Amino acid sequence: MSDTSAAAYWKANVRIISICMAIWALVSFGFGIVLRPLISGIPIGGTDLGFWFAQQGSILTFIALIFYYRWYMNKLDRKFDVDE
Amino acid sequence: MDQFVLNLIFVGASFALYIGIAIWAKAGSTSDFYAASRGVNPVVNGAATAADWMSAASFISMAGLIAFVGYGNSTFLMGWTGGYVLLAMLLAPYLRKFGRFTVPDFIGDRFYSRTARLMAVVSLLVMSITYVIGQMTGAGVAFSRFLEVDNTTGLLIAAAVVFVYAVLGGMKGITYTQLAQYVVLIIAYTIPAVFISMQLTGNPLPQLGLWSDHVGSGEPLLKTLNEVLVELGFQDYTGHHGSTFNMVLFTLSLMIGTAGLPHVIIRFFTVPRVADARTSAGWALVFIALLYTVAPAVGAMARLNIITTIYPEGVQEQPISYDERPDWMRTWEETGLLAFEDKNNDGLIQYYNSENPPAFAAERGWEGNEMVTFNRDILVLANPEIAQLPGWVIGLIAAGGLAAALSTAAGLLLAISSAISHDLLKRTFTPNISEKSELLAARISMAFAIAFATWLGLNPPGFAAQVVALAFGLAASSLFPAIMMGIFSKTMNSTGAIVGMVVGLGSTLLYIFTYLGWFFIPDTNMLANTPDNWLFGISPLSFGAVGAVLNFIAAYITLKMTQEAPAEIQELVESIRVPKGAGAASDH
Repeated sequence: MSDTSAAAYWKANVRIISICMAIWALVSFGFGIVLRPLISGIPIGGTDLGFWFAQQGSILTFIALIFYYRWYMNKLDRKFDVDE
Repeated sequence: MDQFVLNLIFVGASFALYIGIAIWAKAGSTSDFYAASRGVNPVVNGAATAADWMSAASFISMAGLIAFVGYGNSTFLMGWTGGYVLLAMLLAPYLRKFGRFTVPDFIGDRFYSRTARLMAVVSLLVMSITYVIGQMTGAGVAFSRFLEVDNTTGLLIAAAVVFVYAVLGGMKGITYTQLAQYVVLIIAYTIPAVFISMQLTGNPLPQLGLWSDHVGSGEPLLKTLNEVLVELGFQDYTGHHGSTFNMVLFTLSLMIGTAGLPHVIIRFFTVPRVADARTSAGWALVFIALLYTVAPAVGAMARLNIITTIYPEGVQEQPISYDERPDWMRTWEETGLLAFEDKNNDGLIQYYNSENPPAFAAERGWEGNEMVTFNRDILVLANPEIAQLPGWVIGLIAAGGLAAALSTAAGLLLAISSAISHDLLKRTFTPNISEKSELLAARISMAFAIAFATWLGLNPPGFAAQVVALAFGLAASSLFPAIMMGIFSKTMNSTGAIVGMVVGLGSTLLYIFTYLGWFFIPDTNMLANTPDNWLFGISPLSFGAVGAVLNFIAAYITLKMTQEAPAEIQELVESIRVPKGAGAASDH
């Protein structure tokens, strides 16, 4: 693998990680805690959406993020021919 | 059938299974012993990681932690799961590619420094040993409650079982027993929760029941719970009552700490390829979520159940009399974990918040809350009895609690023994020992680690309750930043990493000890542990994330003032960033 393609592969990896981490922070620290008052108008099961994110929604999003990252990286590995 | 016999059958059968697996999965080489020869299926490793991670605290205590605080303790749910996103994206794939056996092994080689390796070993030993105490005491409690043996005998039986499969099988034996333990613990946790959810909401899935209507009131469950709590003078369940800043910081500390725990990280060394490490992290979180999404439902439902048991006619009416209390309360009163005191001698049980009594308390002659002790850990253990489930479910809970404690203990013991036999002996002090001697040394260290953990379990230090905070704080402020910089910075050098670890670890220890006492010795704290005294309002439990940030800053400042890492190290970093070749590199 050439240096330029290694650098491009790593740059693409860091980019997708940054996107995933932004969503990771948004659903937990954001919707679950700091931004909860902003979405408090959306009712769910006798309480508000922020409570759902804090107790369940963030965990489900975390799972989706990891499997999305896995799918994306498997594709990227094949594209750069670094898969096994 | 007698309850004792049922418990014995369930616990005995699960132990026989673990020992059977140990005999089948005997380790023949150091690669077997440290990393199960890197041949573990990623889904199997996910389940083993889930059991490795979910401790006695997750199984027994978490639902109770949420039940008695409500929204504020969502921090545990987000913090203990969010770390897996960090593991999947920032650590696990690259550490698997690196292809070594332990966490200090990576830090020592990447930062080409014996000092860095030894610092990592010391952090690992402190956090893993403190963590293992809780597992051993948890196993002892489960034994004494369900099998009516005394605490010491219970602990010795538990230690003997772990000894058989951990010493014989190493990582290989531990992996497949953890898989079996996961199955036992998840079934044990789910069955009572399903029944309680059915009874309270008519929805068999607790995850959905939490948001459904309460059968008794016809209103949403959480709304009903909020109403009855407020009427009794408690804080509402779904409201936000503490400091927002601390809630964010505590959640972040738990996430970073989770990702930095060596006994979790080494599980990802057991899969064949880099892609499998990513897959495995995803499955681990799926298996963890099966319990972690049920726990908040169990918490809310159990809290409501207790109130409706005490106030069968509603909180505006009279509570039940002490003589008519249900059988499960009688059983748990015997353990001392539940206690009543009839303060106004009316023979009734008044349960309310005496600090903020409802208006009608005085006019009815209430003289204080009469449920004087309610240990949070009862919730999960007494669930089958509260929901009036058959005796075999109680037997299952006993086996499940023990599975949770033993699976985590085994993972920690492996992290401890491999740090001793591999990092201290093979890589530092006696580099010439043969593969066979190293395997023997690994087994002997494992045996010593078990004996030491058992001794600590029998004589738990007074600070046992504080140690989880310490373990997460150390992992967050020392190992996580060091590993991450080792991967994401090609130029980070040994001096930078060492200074970073010293600053991260030092500041975190200093902050914790300032408020909780030096080495947790009572009355040696320099400031009272109250929010007024905290620096910028940061709780000592939340400081791990700050320690991590200080670690990064100190490391980068040091890097600017010193030479960057040598060329061969930068090449090493480039190679661990690329998945190809991990399979070939598996026989280091």
